Amino acid sequence: MTTEESAAPTLLGLPEMPASVYPAAVRARLDPDAQELIERYPQSRSALLPLLHLVQAEEGFVSRTGIRYCAEQLGLTTAEVTAVATFYTMYRRRPAGEYHVGVCTNTLCAVLGGDQIFAELQQHLGIGNNETTEDGTVSLEHIECNAACDYAPVVMVNWEFFDDQTPESAKQLVDELRSGRGGEVRPTRGARLCSFKETARILAGFPDQRPGAVDESGAGGAPSLAGLRLARGETLPGPAGGTRVVAPRRNPPLDSSPADAANPAATPSAHDAEPPAQTAAADPAHPAGPVNGASHQGQEDDQEGAAE
Amino acid sequence: MTAEHPEKLLSPVLSAGWDDDRPWTLETYRRRDGYQGLGAALRMDPDALIALVKDAGLRGRGGAGFPTGMKWQFIPQGDGKPHYLVVNADESEPGTCKDIPLLFANPHSLIEGMVIASYAIRCSHAFIYLRGETVPVLRRLHAAVAEAYAAGYLGQDILGSGFDLDITVHAGAGAYICGEETALLDSLEGRRGQPRLRPPFPAIAGLYACPTVVNNVESIASVPSILHRGKDWFRSMGSEKSPGFTLYSLSGHVANPGQYEAPLGVTLRQLLDISGGVRPGHRLKFWTPGGSSTPMFTDQHLDVPLDYEGVAAAGSMLGTKALQIFDETTCVVRAVTRWTEFYAHESCGKCTPCREGTYWLVQLLRGIEAGQGRPGDLDKLNDIADNINGKSFCALGDGAASPIFSSLQYFREEYEQHLTEGRCPFDPAAATVWADGRSRGGSAASIHQTAQEKEVHA
Repeated sequence: MTTEESAAPTLLGLPEMPASVYPAAVRARLDPDAQELIERYPQSRSALLPLLHLVQAEEGFVSRTGIRYCAEQLGLTTAEVTAVATFYTMYRRRPAGEYHVGVCTNTLCAVLGGDQIFAELQQHLGIGNNETTEDGTVSLEHIECNAACDYAPVVMVNWEFFDDQTPESAKQLVDELRSGRGGEVRPTRGARLCSFKETARILAGFPDQRPGAVDESGAGGAPSLAGLRLARGETLPGPAGGTRVVAPRRNPPLDSSPADAANPAATPSAHDAEPPAQTAAADPAHPAGPVNGASHQGQEDDQEGAAE
Repeated sequence: MTAEHPEKLLSPVLSAGWDDDRPWTLETYRRRDGYQGLGAALRMDPDALIALVKDAGLRGRGGAGFPTGMKWQFIPQGDGKPHYLVVNADESEPGTCKDIPLLFANPHSLIEGMVIASYAIRCSHAFIYLRGETVPVLRRLHAAVAEAYAAGYLGQDILGSGFDLDITVHAGAGAYICGEETALLDSLEGRRGQPRLRPPFPAIAGLYACPTVVNNVESIASVPSILHRGKDWFRSMGSEKSPGFTLYSLSGHVANPGQYEAPLGVTLRQLLDISGGVRPGHRLKFWTPGGSSTPMFTDQHLDVPLDYEGVAAAGSMLGTKALQIFDETTCVVRAVTRWTEFYAHESCGKCTPCREGTYWLVQLLRGIEAGQGRPGDLDKLNDIADNINGKSFCALGDGAASPIFSSLQYFREEYEQHLTEGRCPFDPAAATVWADGRSRGGSAASIHQTAQEKEVHA
């Protein structure tokens, strides 16, 4: 021990002081919301995830104060709430940007260009994974599969879909977000962007109040409607009837249209009906093995792995 | 010479109204006979309703293919406990992208199915556990549930039947594991999403230790059509053991990715034939039949019937019918490494084989991909995967082992090439959408209204 006074005393072995509470005015505003969320469930603890979204809507991240607030609402310890808050990736642990930009780098998006988009965005913004631009507008993160693989490569901003992205379109997107006109940016699927905090409030369970927000951007793009259009006899875009990379079947297809409804028992299974056809013929022009080219570097991003 | 007529091969039911005017609204849904199935269900005895869904042969669309009616039948009746229905809308399996577009375009088909299912199992409070990362869908679910309450399809005495039901829309917070049904229940109870040991199964001790049915979105959304159009109609599609229609999601290196709703048992060859095939100038290399957790297939499997039995007989699983297509520009080691990183990241940490095993798989794979692998690494990969597979509470570990086993089975030479050459022989740039000088879509940030929206707002 030293007798010398230190500017920052080291509290060796002592637990952190309890977090401060929200100011009375904030609590007065949050309490009715918290109560409403709790009442939606047969048991109060089920409201914990919504409450964590709610405190994230208040501060833009889940602070120790927010954790204490959730604990007090539900009669839990802060340790219990912290254990939950740190399990889920959508709860931010520190202040971050108004727009949360997530680039899908799971296999399919990565291969189709997500890796390049993520690399170019980091360079363009001058920040790395899980970092925020100095002006506080944009946080960047690589994310896992977001259930939009038919629109790959996909970028999410505040969890709205920006489909079929390229490095250029993604850079243009973040430029718009940083220009102060982020609130006018329209996703491919979703409503005009709101701030990260406003998004967190929707996630807590309070519907988007903006007029027309529910109706924005239609029912889905071309991929969502692809099968429906074909079934209607329309043709899909692209080289219609062009390069057939799949050999035709040897046998006519089984007609499994609902017309067979009159006698369902007579409808055999497709695989009972016919033997497997030949596999596609080899095409020397396009071998299935490795192609020659520059070796690519292993991903240098900080996939956290199981250790986190 | 096309042998395939898309009109005959495809069977849009769930997706039939997706290009209607604002198909997510109650008004549009009703115009397509929406909530007719509910009317029919409420006139039936609940047990007869369960028997009908069982006889129709509807099987779970979330991956495992368990008969939906049987799941409902397992709920003990007259036990004096509350019963719960929980819809699993935590769609996160890599490659899987069917429930999110379904809910975005037509949330009422799920809500109608939920009322029917709840009536059958005698449940008065149902939940939709939606993954949090899809706010556009959450927005429409909020609106659709509110519409359904206002129209008397939810709440007290639904359509004068005396049956009451409340639905709570619950947004998750980012965890793949919560798609596992018992982890989902723990998460819905406000805990870390960690799987439970089964038995007891959720049908006996699920949410709050009460009898609970957990069903996938597509399974429940398929129920109203069975009520409205009959089980014979449903069984007229698909096969004896896998009847009905389903959403096949085509993605990756194809000319036209998207949702193709067809009777169970179509083949990838048929789907590629009608949709324009693999992207021009390239050839199919490997694909998944139902997400990354299902063992991969190659061009030898183009004629495997995509139903539960057909895919299983060929050594994989139908899973979520997420058909991720990769052409010859894709390095299989890179693909498997990335999937394995995903499993390591998403392992909940409860079971040692999965938590530790996925970590070490990543270390080995990263080395191999970077050309720094050592002799014996491939056997070690196989060994670690074998020590994860079947040795944890839930299927995440099994899913992590699948791409390892199957890629070593079909592409061992390519792994060895990484070892002998000391580098990855592929150019990732060649695999991108824009590699061939054409981008499929390219949706730049837009601050302008689309023509469609102007119409909506007009």
